[in-house]
Amino acid sequence: MGIYWEPIWLTLKLAGLTTALLLVVGTPIAWWLARTKHWLRQPISAIVALPLVLPPTVLGFYLLVLMGPKGMVGQITEQLGLGLLPFTFEGLVIASIIYSLPFTVQPLQNAFGSINQQLLEVASTLRASPRDRFFSIVIPLARPGFLTASVLTFAHTIGEFGVVLMIGGNIPGETKVLSVAIYDHVESLEYTQAHWLSAGMVVFSFVVLVTLYSLNGRMQSGLVK
Amino acid sequence: MATHGIQARFSCQFGAFTMDVDLELPGTGLTALFGHSGCGKTTLLRCMAGLQAAKGSMRINGDVWQSEGEKSSRPVHQRPLAYVFQETSLFPHLSVERNLMYGYKRIPQSERRISFEQAVQWLGLAHLLGRMPEKLSGGERQRVAIARALLTSPKLLLMDEPLSALDQNSKREIMPYLEALRDNLAIPMLYVSHSTAEVARLADHIVMMDAGRVVAQGPLQTIMARTDQPFGLEVDAGVILDATVSEHDERWHLCRADFAGGHLWVRADENLTIGQRVRLQVLAKDISLARSEQVDQSTQNLLPAIVDEVASEVSPGTSMVRLLAGKTPFLSRLTSRAVHTLSIEPRQQVWMQIKSVAIVD
Repeated sequence: MGIYWEPIWLTLKLAGLTTALLLVVGTPIAWWLARTKHWLRQPISAIVALPLVLPPTVLGFYLLVLMGPKGMVGQITEQLGLGLLPFTFEGLVIASIIYSLPFTVQPLQNAFGSINQQLLEVASTLRASPRDRFFSIVIPLARPGFLTASVLTFAHTIGEFGVVLMIGGNIPGETKVLSVAIYDHVESLEYTQAHWLSAGMVVFSFVVLVTLYSLNGRMQSGLVK
Repeated sequence: MATHGIQARFSCQFGAFTMDVDLELPGTGLTALFGHSGCGKTTLLRCMAGLQAAKGSMRINGDVWQSEGEKSSRPVHQRPLAYVFQETSLFPHLSVERNLMYGYKRIPQSERRISFEQAVQWLGLAHLLGRMPEKLSGGERQRVAIARALLTSPKLLLMDEPLSALDQNSKREIMPYLEALRDNLAIPMLYVSHSTAEVARLADHIVMMDAGRVVAQGPLQTIMARTDQPFGLEVDAGVILDATVSEHDERWHLCRADFAGGHLWVRADENLTIGQRVRLQVLAKDISLARSEQVDQSTQNLLPAIVDEVASEVSPGTSMVRLLAGKTPFLSRLTSRAVHTLSIEPRQQVWMQIKSVAIVD
């Protein structure tokens, strides 16, 4: 049974950590994209959306090259005494952050964009500084967006396969996540184990999405305060 | 440099619109910024608040908010002003009470001159405190917005057409609150409006704007009595008088209102008490002139006056005559032919037949 739980626990840890870090990284990006008229807006939007259209293997390949001993990132991490990131859990977290970036940024950007700008002006005439306005008006009003972003990012990271394979390999307890474990079982013709894990994924994803939709519906009708 | 009052000088340009304004306004009372939509009155208000960047300067009662030489002006949240917006602007995620507290808790205790209870009482909000904004009527929302603005104990209250998004009933509901604030608060108020009725009722001082410029400004009574009404307003032109109720005529349902220079009889529709101050409006189109006192006619209000100025052809076939009853100015809108036939000229003694007097206050 331990052999089941290890990849599941690793996957949840990866998805949880990725989601938490992406909310911190993605919020300022989404806020900037939602408000700016800078010419860099379109190029940055495109870069954020790239993981949606690129095959995960392409993304994984470049990350592998970048973080490897000859890559720019790899050289920096080695100089800092951190070692090389590929085939480590940390490397997987960084890859997941890039891979799942659009799933955080896009819902947040939509939520920020739909906030009535006049409310921020009102808040400024009521003595709220820009930072104060962000925390007292923007975040509460964008709450459904934050919920959507978190759930989508979490779920998408759980389902990640190609990038993991390229950059993480298949090291039990370090990089062997659920999707890779299922692939492994199928390769070794262990269909029962593959079934258990796959069915678990299906049920989990369904429950997550149903919860998300009903929570969002209730938030909009004002029941969750 | 005067330390009292408001000095505002702004110039800005976007697209085809240019604004260029240099104003000195009284530091007390209600000043109406009046003009057609697109004349720049809202832009001016936004510049004063700092919501819109513009070159210029802004001082209020000795306090400098923006000055010509400096690169940066004081940001909005550091200006002791309050702003009431045209549309509903309550925070939808906060209850009425928390909306009211939003600005209140952000100013230091030592600067709070208006208490929470006072504001709630003034605007009649006690029964609404627990509600969410979506459960309020339009008029209630605007009352909450006004109270929320007052709770920052502002040194300047800016209102951008606060009634224009409301239906007639809600307007009637809010008007008395605005009047009470004007009379009881020692805070200068700037009120943007394109409604002559609102201006006549509320303003002490008026600034008329057209195409980004100030075309006239001064005390309401003086401006309203000018013969050269800007941008074709002569149809609505009329003077405003401050008068005192002095007598009731129960039988004919009238009451007498005394003003400097005479008295007028008005319909006693409202519960007027003797000695009460009222604001009267007499429209130029409701005054006709006679060379002699004609008693055998229906008009009850007959007043002797001296012709002060004749502006002929203010629009084709129409002339505007300015008259003085004592020192109080009146306007009469006549056909140019009538002016010619009666040979009305300055310094002439005439009789004004006033067909209608409205109480606007």
